[in-house]
Amino acid sequence: MKIELRHGAGGVDTSRLIKNIFARHFHSPVLDRMEDGAVLPRPEGDIVLTTDSFVVQPLEFAGGDIGRLSVCGTVNDLSCMGAQPRYLTAAFILEEGLEADLLERIVASMAHTADEAGVQIVAGDTKVVEGNGGMFINTAGCGVRPAGRDVSSANLKPGDQLILSGTLGDHHGTILSARMNLASSLKSDCAPLTGMVEKLFSGHIDVHTIRDVTRGGLATVLCELAEASGCSAELDEEALPVSEGVRALCGILGLDPLTMGNEGKLLIAVPEPDAARALQIVKSAPYGENAAVIGEVKPGKGVALKTSVGSMRTVSPLRGEGLPRIC
Amino acid sequence: MNPEQQSRRKAMADYLKSYSGRPLRLMEVCGTHTSMLYRTGVRALLPNEINMLSGPGCPVCVTPTNYIDKLVEYSFKANTCVLSFGDMLSVPGSETSLLGARARGGHVDFFYAPEQALDRAEKEPETTFILAAVGFETTAPVWVSVVDAVLKRKLRNVKLLTALKTMPFAMDTLCATGKIDGFLCPGHVAVIIGSEAFRPLAEKWGRPMVVGGFTAELLLAALARLVHESSCGRGGLWNEYPSYVRPEGNQKAQAAIARVFQPGNACWRGLGVLRCSGLYLRGKYAQLDAGSYGLDDDHLPDGCRCGDVLTGDINPRQCPFFNQKCTPDHPIGACMVSSEGACRIYCVEGEISK
Amino acid sequence: MCVAYPGKIININGDHANVDFAGSRVKINISMVDAKVGDYVLVHAGMALQKMKQEEAESLTNLFTEVNETTNES
Repeated sequence: MKIELRHGAGGVDTSRLIKNIFARHFHSPVLDRMEDGAVLPRPEGDIVLTTDSFVVQPLEFAGGDIGRLSVCGTVNDLSCMGAQPRYLTAAFILEEGLEADLLERIVASMAHTADEAGVQIVAGDTKVVEGNGGMFINTAGCGVRPAGRDVSSANLKPGDQLILSGTLGDHHGTILSARMNLASSLKSDCAPLTGMVEKLFSGHIDVHTIRDVTRGGLATVLCELAEASGCSAELDEEALPVSEGVRALCGILGLDPLTMGNEGKLLIAVPEPDAARALQIVKSAPYGENAAVIGEVKPGKGVALKTSVGSMRTVSPLRGEGLPRIC
Repeated sequence: MNPEQQSRRKAMADYLKSYSGRPLRLMEVCGTHTSMLYRTGVRALLPNEINMLSGPGCPVCVTPTNYIDKLVEYSFKANTCVLSFGDMLSVPGSETSLLGARARGGHVDFFYAPEQALDRAEKEPETTFILAAVGFETTAPVWVSVVDAVLKRKLRNVKLLTALKTMPFAMDTLCATGKIDGFLCPGHVAVIIGSEAFRPLAEKWGRPMVVGGFTAELLLAALARLVHESSCGRGGLWNEYPSYVRPEGNQKAQAAIARVFQPGNACWRGLGVLRCSGLYLRGKYAQLDAGSYGLDDDHLPDGCRCGDVLTGDINPRQCPFFNQKCTPDHPIGACMVSSEGACRIYCVEGEISK
Repeated sequence: MCVAYPGKIININGDHANVDFAGSRVKINISMVDAKVGDYVLVHAGMALQKMKQEEAESLTNLFTEVNETTNES
């Protein structure tokens, strides 16, 4: 069955769609009440709110789908603020012609990922527009930040060690391969990283900055952090974790892993005395097995890379279009 | 890397870093060499005595403005679509680039491999597809297979606007300036034409010509050889990419290119029209041509010094527009647009003080 | 623009082959090379340009001998 405009009209067809697909997979005491808004208990810390939209093509890809991506992207943004994710909203804009089976797979995947991340989907909306069978998801994420967690983009300090939680370019490489019809063993790394972040805090690591390394890649993210913090950063090319598959794809297409997007990787800055323990914690957390210390923060400005031949070169943020509709 | 490879790499890097012989002006001709010398960090090893100049081996950078203008014009024609390699899309013509045309409703798209374009042409027989056929000898065989496929599949809606160029005559012009002590020869061009294709140049001008590859190892090896021979003032030919470059090159590819294309004069931005330096569809293949002859007009914007940068006469920083009026976000010349353009690379990848 | 990369031929079908680049499989035109399954080829824009030859650059060993001789002479 395909989704048609009538499914978004707000009438019987809409109710049926919600009941048969969304309500079947999204369960929470709040959502099940089917009210116009979610009444939530007052939290015990600061509220952190975030929003994100997901427009990735294709809708399903090796290692994930737009549904999983929408949960991971949102909870990871909250975790990077030091917040514990609690609630998500999910608004769907469906294009007519979308296969209902595909929609159900995506919704089921979203529900499964929400369970994994320990969040509840508490509000939603569905619209249907003219189009070609595509879909877009917008989320809002709400988390609670316990007192004493001072993480910020502007908190890098000279001497901080930079830890990357795993290999670069997996998501971008997967999407690119799908778009170009290349058979590939690459898989998106899209994953909820709340567990990893909470382990760092419960391990009493003095975390200065956490950022997820999404569009624009490590180069773009680190340049932004360095600028916000008034510091410079130096990376070690030999320490950067990159899989053979991504390296080869970069080779054939002339790309640089430093500017490729990821959906399940964190850049974490901690003071030097905490670095060894922080690395151990990240490596033992889910999705962190390939973590490595990749560089350090220094006084000055800009980002530099110590190359494998021993010289230094500048690292710049991604310029230009990059690959469109990657997340 | 095994210990022997590691120590060899270190030896080559140390040799280059500690060079203190006579000052040398060396040129890497190929745009991909310019890009990889930066990315691998090999360029940053070189002391001030070694001046690496970036030559005109970036097909995007040497494309004259009226080639872009013609593609832009096609993109606005009814039932027509222009298809190109990604890097061509941002090159400015006299009014706009192909990306700019697309934003105004022109029909433009990109491909990784031109053969992909043919599947699309088959699916959309009502649209005429104009393929931007650019490149050097490395890419010419790819265009041969496209042309053969168009005829075999009887696709009546595909045409090529060619701006294919060949290296040896352009390098001869560069040698004639007398300002360059040695050349890093384009490695992938050499895969096709053979390392021996550069011997006449080495003998005529008495300069060292070293064919090099594109990894850190291969670049270190090629530059170590080039610096040593140049410092001794010794002309000759060396092949430091023997795993893929044969003395005779790929003769099957050469024969295929000669079957489909014939040499002709071509306009190189900055060098002007060079005889015998372009390739044009010949004989029965010429029916696929979309008007490639005579695109010799190169309206460089007033004050743009791309031409002097491409011949190595000035380095990008010496252009008055560099990083002021002409930036990667607002480029004036092609050298600031292409990911292999010297100006863009200097700007974006920069140089760290040692 | 002369971006090219080596891959291994997995199977051949006429003028085309499936070439493996550490897990990415791409259909490549091999009409310009005489290659067989298992060969490594250098690929540019969807076409194999040349087969790989396992040749270490011997000239490098000679280079360092020459450099040392030149240094010792001065």
